[in-house]
Amino acid sequence: MPNFSNILQRHYEQTPDKVSVIMQFAGQPDIPVTYRDLIHGSSGYVQTYKRHGIQPGDVILLILQHDVDLIYAYFGAVLLGAIPSIMPFLTEKLLPDRYRTDLTQLVAHTQPTAIVTYREFEAEIRAALKPGEDSVKAVIISDLAGGSGNPPCPPNFASFGGLLRKEEDVALLQHSSGSTGLQKGVALSHRSILNHLDAYAESICLTQDDVIVSWLPLYHDMGLIACFLMPILRGIPVVQMSPFDWVRAPYRLFQSISTYHGTLTWLPNFAYNFCAQKVRDRDMEGVDLSSWRATINTAEPGKYQGHLMFYERFKKYGLRFLTLQTSYGMAENVFAVTQNDLSKLPYVEEVDRESFTTDLIARPAFDGRPSIQMMSCGKPIPNTFIRVVDKNGHDLPERHIGEIVLKSNCMLTSYYKRPDITRKAFLEGGWYMSGDYGYIFNGEVYFAGRKKDLIIIGGKNIYPQDLEQLAYEVQGVHPGRASAFGVFNDTTGTEDVVMVAEVDTEDPLECQKIADEIRAVVTRGSAVALRFVYLVKHPWLVKTSSGKTARSANRDKFLKEMQVKGQAY
Amino acid sequence: MTDMIYEKLATYIATEFLKQPGRILKPDEPLLSSGLVDSFHLVDLSLFVESNFGVRIDDAELNASSFDNLDQMTKFIKDRQ
Repeated sequence: MPNFSNILQRHYEQTPDKVSVIMQFAGQPDIPVTYRDLIHGSSGYVQTYKRHGIQPGDVILLILQHDVDLIYAYFGAVLLGAIPSIMPFLTEKLLPDRYRTDLTQLVAHTQPTAIVTYREFEAEIRAALKPGEDSVKAVIISDLAGGSGNPPCPPNFASFGGLLRKEEDVALLQHSSGSTGLQKGVALSHRSILNHLDAYAESICLTQDDVIVSWLPLYHDMGLIACFLMPILRGIPVVQMSPFDWVRAPYRLFQSISTYHGTLTWLPNFAYNFCAQKVRDRDMEGVDLSSWRATINTAEPGKYQGHLMFYERFKKYGLRFLTLQTSYGMAENVFAVTQNDLSKLPYVEEVDRESFTTDLIARPAFDGRPSIQMMSCGKPIPNTFIRVVDKNGHDLPERHIGEIVLKSNCMLTSYYKRPDITRKAFLEGGWYMSGDYGYIFNGEVYFAGRKKDLIIIGGKNIYPQDLEQLAYEVQGVHPGRASAFGVFNDTTGTEDVVMVAEVDTEDPLECQKIADEIRAVVTRGSAVALRFVYLVKHPWLVKTSSGKTARSANRDKFLKEMQVKGQAY
Repeated sequence: MTDMIYEKLATYIATEFLKQPGRILKPDEPLLSSGLVDSFHLVDLSLFVESNFGVRIDDAELNASSFDNLDQMTKFIKDRQ
């Protein structure tokens, strides 16, 4: 089996002039990056890394934004035989102190040898390091920022350690955000990723005529695998815009699809609602979406309502309903676990609400009783096997809701340097426990909720304990007496984050101050904006018998009180 | 005129984004950098400004350095009208 570097070498030798990535920046001309550019830029980075004594197998953290240099730094690490990992960039909202704490922890867990960043960010990075004590040998400044790197140069493949990497060697690390997520780097081997690309390409009938368009961040599996590694390694052009530009001007996605005859996109569920509600007609003038063969809804629970809204809004520009597709995935299986057959619409069904919540069975709706609408995520991709099991790990029949467990030839190698949590994640026989609830019907997988208290906003995983920890820093909040959870918002198509906290005061002004402070501390500490801060008197919160916050019970209690008060939610 | 822009913006942000209609926002209270208004709201804000005040905001201008509080927003709109 080849590795990443063999594949890159082949593209460079056979199709050096082919455009691999088209980089878009708001208000600037697009930058086409050919395989020659990519390999020359990356070879410059190989020299830089070597100069700093970085060896094959070392971890290199990349703290760079949407940037041509990010591509070169990434594949420079690959060609060297090192292990790249992209970390989210410090946003203007996030408190530098908090970012520093996260980074210090990440360095302790992952033991990177080098960090690549921008000049203006260097001081922040250095402040998080302990020279002589931690693993970091070099902080390398991005070339584009007038940095310390070698210029692009022709490759000397014979000298690149990347060509000697074995298929079982770790190729890259992927992290979720937040203090909890950063402690679990998903380590993936060359073999797993290439096996995944084979299986997934077959599922979506990927061809050389495809053009992928993406605004997704590269620190997330959906952006990194589907819209970065897959196109570059498979020789499929990809148009990349920054998430920062897209969220301010969502029409850019449609204009790029039209300009470059884009065929494939991956979007989290909220993006369907967001685009349908927020794109102006005048920004769509002349846009033709007829080339678009699939937009795959994944990374957060997909809702049919959003698909309908999206189709109604954009059908006059040539969008087909069949283009709206679904998938279910996780970084631990590289990316996708299931994929709907692109020649069919995702199956949608109504299931009886009471059976679903009480008996944990997805019975088709009957007698006009209240129901829940479910949309299929499709069938497992060819190399992945799925079971739905009860809490003892026993198989459940069709339509019974249990934990989704999976097995494939593209699983993670481990949570990097965390054998303890890696072991706990598997059942006997090598079945990975996803922590997600679902059911199977007719071989199709339906996502039914999460076992873990995880909040997903716009496809990004948020651990509620990180947010609660921040709330405890606010004076007036009872230590240990706050609960964060997500409430699905039909309008936005994603979860709103709610924080309930116990306080002593009943003075409205004082409460307002505490609520503001909670919002500020949470945003500055996690870059998550709370939609609702609900202050209550002690004792309000429900705790488990072991004293932990019972988030779903608190969520139910909150929703009930809101209903009584006649407030939205 | 300025007061009207200010009032309309303040009411819109408190009602639609913060879900607290009675909430008083101070002129210099940071909105974007504090997380009260998150990046998903920026497009709404620009659509609101355009349809209510006839001012088009370029998406590159929607950032915390020029658009972080009600004072800055009001001035921005006034200057463009």
